[in-house]
Amino acid sequence: MLEIHDLHVKLEDEDKQILKGVTLRVPAGEVHAIMGPNGSGKSTTSYVLAGRDGYVVTQGTATLNGQDLLAMEPEARAAAGLFLAFQYPVEIPGVGNMTFLRTAVNAQRKARGEAELSAGEFLKLVREKAKALDIDAEMLKRPVNVGFSGGEKKRNEILQMAMLEPTMCILDETDSGLDVDAMRLVADGVNALRSPERAFLVITHYQRLLDHIRPDVVHIMAEGRIVKSGGPELALEVEQNGYADILAEVADA
Amino acid sequence: MAALDMPELEVREGVDRETIETVASMGSYKYGWDTEIEMDYAPKGVSEDIVRLISQRNEEPEWMTEWRLAAFRRWQTMAEPRWAMLNYPEIDYQDQYYYARPKSMAVKPKSLDEVDPKLLATYEKLGIPLREQAILAGIEGAVGTPAEGRRVAVDAVFDSVSVGTTFQAELARAGVIFCSISEAIRNHPELVRKYLGSVVPQSDNYFATLNSAVFSDGSFVYIPPGVRCPMELSTYFRINAENTGQFERTLIIADKGSYVSYLEGCTAPKRDVAQLHAAVVEIVVLEDAEVKYSTVQNWYPGDEQGRGGIYNFVTKRADCREARAKVMWTQVETGSAITWKYPSCILRGDESQGEFYSIAITNNAQQADTGTKMIHLGKNTRSRIVSKGISAGRAQNTYRGLVTMHPRATNSRNYTQCDSLLIGDKCGAHTVPYIEVKNTSSRVEHEATTSKVDEDQLFYCRARGMDEEEAVALVVNGFCRDVLQALPMEFAMEAQSLVAISLEGSVG
Repeated sequence: MLEIHDLHVKLEDEDKQILKGVTLRVPAGEVHAIMGPNGSGKSTTSYVLAGRDGYVVTQGTATLNGQDLLAMEPEARAAAGLFLAFQYPVEIPGVGNMTFLRTAVNAQRKARGEAELSAGEFLKLVREKAKALDIDAEMLKRPVNVGFSGGEKKRNEILQMAMLEPTMCILDETDSGLDVDAMRLVADGVNALRSPERAFLVITHYQRLLDHIRPDVVHIMAEGRIVKSGGPELALEVEQNGYADILAEVADA
Repeated sequence: MAALDMPELEVREGVDRETIETVASMGSYKYGWDTEIEMDYAPKGVSEDIVRLISQRNEEPEWMTEWRLAAFRRWQTMAEPRWAMLNYPEIDYQDQYYYARPKSMAVKPKSLDEVDPKLLATYEKLGIPLREQAILAGIEGAVGTPAEGRRVAVDAVFDSVSVGTTFQAELARAGVIFCSISEAIRNHPELVRKYLGSVVPQSDNYFATLNSAVFSDGSFVYIPPGVRCPMELSTYFRINAENTGQFERTLIIADKGSYVSYLEGCTAPKRDVAQLHAAVVEIVVLEDAEVKYSTVQNWYPGDEQGRGGIYNFVTKRADCREARAKVMWTQVETGSAITWKYPSCILRGDESQGEFYSIAITNNAQQADTGTKMIHLGKNTRSRIVSKGISAGRAQNTYRGLVTMHPRATNSRNYTQCDSLLIGDKCGAHTVPYIEVKNTSSRVEHEATTSKVDEDQLFYCRARGMDEEEAVALVVNGFCRDVLQALPMEFAMEAQSLVAISLEGSVG
């Protein structure tokens, strides 16, 4: 599924290296979590994979099912099955949520050479998916993310994910700013999508999301590298002791 | 600031989508082809002889000829206004044709069946079939929309003459007069004499005065008291001939308690040399009457380097002459190399209302200086202005608006919202509001914003699978939503695709 090898990334505008050799492999069917202190490069990893401007890859590779992600436009990556749930979902005034979703779904279908969904088919699908995420018709009519609460924005991201049915889902701090109930809704949404053909990369600060979305592998990221990988117990260790012990241990090694 | 009487705007589903779907299938300027047809031209240039010739070709009565000549004499004493934020080479008024008529129109056909098939084919190709059927002017996409079955009457103007007007008989049964202005001058002189020049006087401004002298055709509408016009009316203007100016004149009279929705569309072929278009639209709205006037202006905008295109100098004004008269201007300005246009409302009757909704898009080397005037003369009058300017490429886009509250216009209100959107860093947006309040009980509100198309918004759309142009079209259509919603549904669809097409090549 997703293979990142020795990825080095610097900012375009200043000579600052953010990623310093990230290597990561997420096979189909698995859920991997990335944890790490602020500024360790977690969000940068997700942005670079999705194709955001402002970063320069100086070394390394990233492939999705063998396709060279870094050579593709953001929309091509999306059509190839990559999805990034944004940490800060963007507001688009005047554009109905439903219109946005439908445009996105059909753009991807078109890029893959599939027939576009009719209005009826789309409506049926979106209603069904929205219901599971406790998103009502009103929220579908409102402009994309405008005036949405933190929880609504994140649920909306998961709705997009459910509609687009990507194979590789990256969740960038989807739990930040969520109360317990909202987090459960989001986690249920993610769990419902788990399948042998789909992989997840969950970026988070906190163990608590991982109580709901149980990862197969936990990676600890620090200063632009994955410094340690392990099972779900690694997340618990972070929760109890913070990053200091792990980082010290890595430094000693 | 609280907006006055602003209804909650609801997102209209399925509108943006149409844009996206049509973008891929359409070229950059779809209407740039021309029709090969034999034309009769008046000699180049403008003079009293030319004015007389136009009047004579239109078989006008003496009073009309005199009216034109008075305007022409006046025009000779005037100077072209240069206060607008527009930069264009000197216009040589003697180096163009003022009258161009297809030879086949020398004898006006009695019905559309007699019209030269080449002319009919031209409108067919533009998507304006002149048969009396359920298709709306300029809207190919209208077929299959919920409005299927709705009919629109069309007056088709080709260069200097009206080719034909549909649904006249049916409209006449409702008492509605819809014909070319040249016919109206011959057949309804009492109405024309009473109202022509009563909203935009002959001496109003340089371009309006020139128009008063040389206008060749245009549309005339009269809605009798208490009549709700049974269908939408529209005029489609096509400039075809080279080196020819188009000077059309439209006069709409909504008598007491009547209602009409009027649509205007326009296109022109791609030519390397700029062409002049100086129109006048006058609307008279009497007691309790309401007029909606919607324009999708898609004149040829010139090429990327700014060669060619239409110079569009237009005077449009509505006079809410009596109590509770209502007028609503909606314009989508995507074409023309130069746009100089300020559809205005004179709110003379007490409790009369004026609204102006505008989208002006300039790309490449286009320049637009456009806005409105709301002249509050009556008590308790209301006006609302919503302007959305979008600039891309090297274009310059200016909103210029005047709101005046006269001493007698007590307890009146205006709300103005003026937003500019910039795409790229070589274009400009300017806002020039003039506000004059001469009484103490009226209220004027003005809000203005300028923003750039947000990279984060574009990335968000692209990360969901849309390509860059789809993303820009979606974001810009969102920006224009308030105005698009003011348009009749099918016009809104056309406008949306135009938004996308006009901005092609503006990113990346």
